[in-house]
Amino acid sequence: MLFFIEVTLSGLMAGVMYSLVALGFVLIFKASGIFNFAQGVMALFAALTLVGFMDEFGMPVWLAIIGTIAVMIALAWVIERVMLRHLVNQEPIILFMATIGLAYVLEGLGDILWGSDVKVLDIGIPQGAWDWLWDQGIYVEKLELFAAATAAILVIFLAIFFQKTRTGRALRAVADDHQAALSVGISLHTIWVIVWSVSGIVALVAGIMWGSKSGVQFSLSLIALKALPVLILGGFTSVPGAIIGGMIIGVGEKLAEVYLGPFVGGAIENWFAYMLALAFLLFRPQGLFGERIIERV
Amino acid sequence: MTVDTRIEQAASATILSVNNIEVIYDHVILVLKGVSLEVPEQGIVALLGANGAGKSTTLKSISNLLRAERGDITKGSIEFQGRRIDGLSSADLVQQGVIQVMEGRHCFEHLTVEENLLTGAYTRKDGGAAIQKDLELVYGYFPRLKERYKSQAGYTSGGEQQMIAIGRALMSRPKMILLDEPSMGLAPQLVEEIFEIVKRLNEKEGVTFLLAEQNTNIALRYAKHGYILENGRVVLDGTAAELRENTDVKEFYLGISEGQRVNFRDVKHYRRRKRWLT
Repeated sequence: MLFFIEVTLSGLMAGVMYSLVALGFVLIFKASGIFNFAQGVMALFAALTLVGFMDEFGMPVWLAIIGTIAVMIALAWVIERVMLRHLVNQEPIILFMATIGLAYVLEGLGDILWGSDVKVLDIGIPQGAWDWLWDQGIYVEKLELFAAATAAILVIFLAIFFQKTRTGRALRAVADDHQAALSVGISLHTIWVIVWSVSGIVALVAGIMWGSKSGVQFSLSLIALKALPVLILGGFTSVPGAIIGGMIIGVGEKLAEVYLGPFVGGAIENWFAYMLALAFLLFRPQGLFGERIIERV
Repeated sequence: MTVDTRIEQAASATILSVNNIEVIYDHVILVLKGVSLEVPEQGIVALLGANGAGKSTTLKSISNLLRAERGDITKGSIEFQGRRIDGLSSADLVQQGVIQVMEGRHCFEHLTVEENLLTGAYTRKDGGAAIQKDLELVYGYFPRLKERYKSQAGYTSGGEQQMIAIGRALMSRPKMILLDEPSMGLAPQLVEEIFEIVKRLNEKEGVTFLLAEQNTNIALRYAKHGYILENGRVVLDGTAAELRENTDVKEFYLGISEGQRVNFRDVKHYRRRKRWLT
């Protein structure tokens, strides 16, 4: 029983880490209908910048974080200016292609600015086993617990932002109908800068968590691939969906590995998420929490 | 100057004038070939014409929603309250008091009715209390929206969506509403209701209306002035009364010939004989 709880808990925690990445996707997809292929690279870029500020400029942690946030906002502004502005009213696939290009640009930029060797990111997040649960015989990483708490705070903040503020309402309006949003005087350019900034900050959070866990290196950008099944499960347009979807995937793959793995020779963890996503695509394409497609007849 | 004449002058002042504009979509498709029109302050003016005549394009070039559809004004100018407004962004225009209600309503489907209305106040900077007051005003005109303020707009009926769209525009405290095809897809009774509200908004709130409409009959009953567009040109204009009595308008748009209704085949026949365009 204890073992089951341990597996479940570690699955939940790993899931939250996926959710953090998925969140960034959801934000941009909601506000602009763009599937941002560069989200993973944005997390890498943010983490690289943070490490760079700390190691090469010797900034204290808090200043480096503020500096990185500033960089992510500036990046959002540049992306809007150089890329999005010129692609208004283009097919989603064209915008998607543009984000693939963006991914390569950011990747190269990160390499040029900060070098391509693996870096250690340590901003003082506690590491090791959580003592209280360890005494009960269950192993849980403090880092993952910290990540879960951060994710919870982030989601609460985002939910309030989207539901209660004027800008949040405008963001949702733009997500629903670009043209109508324009017609009531919402400036798409402003909205895009805001949403890419927010998702840049979310990418920073994801970058910090993953970077602290396994070092800052190119493979960090590949976590975006794990976010994909999370999105399909939770729905591309739902913030809570991204969180819960991440948890289901996290727990699912750990449990499957431990309890089903032995029957098929193991290594389920690597593909379980994608199989689950496939099943969802077949039976519930909008995901668990995605917006129902409203169609009036 | 007595108060009366001053009011009269104000009422007859031109709030919007469109001067000979030409609009090209995608750098190749010429849609408007020199359209000019004037809208008096606190008037209701109707833009009439068949599908593809250029009514929507005219409205969109005023509200500058054209740019998002890859359209450009290549000639002419547009003035609102004496100042050039062509080239201003739609956000700037809303702030100056010109707002468009688009054809086909375009509500924000996943937002609630009330949230939809509130998005209309996006550009306002006069604080929550004033916005709340206007929300009550809109609910006063559309009591049905108040009943359903919490439902998702996507689940409301076509008539309610048209009300949301107009109410949303009202929330921006507009001087002028560009209303595109308000009757589209609505039952005759609802169309009547919508036009009644337009009339009341015009009289009580002093909102100027420029409306594009295919339903010539009802548009000419509520508008004071009308312009008839064909193939991207204004072919006829006059007061609503004049237009209603014009033989050609009767023939083409009202379906009445020599005092009696005619069927569409005859209209088409007559149309072939008569050439409007030079």
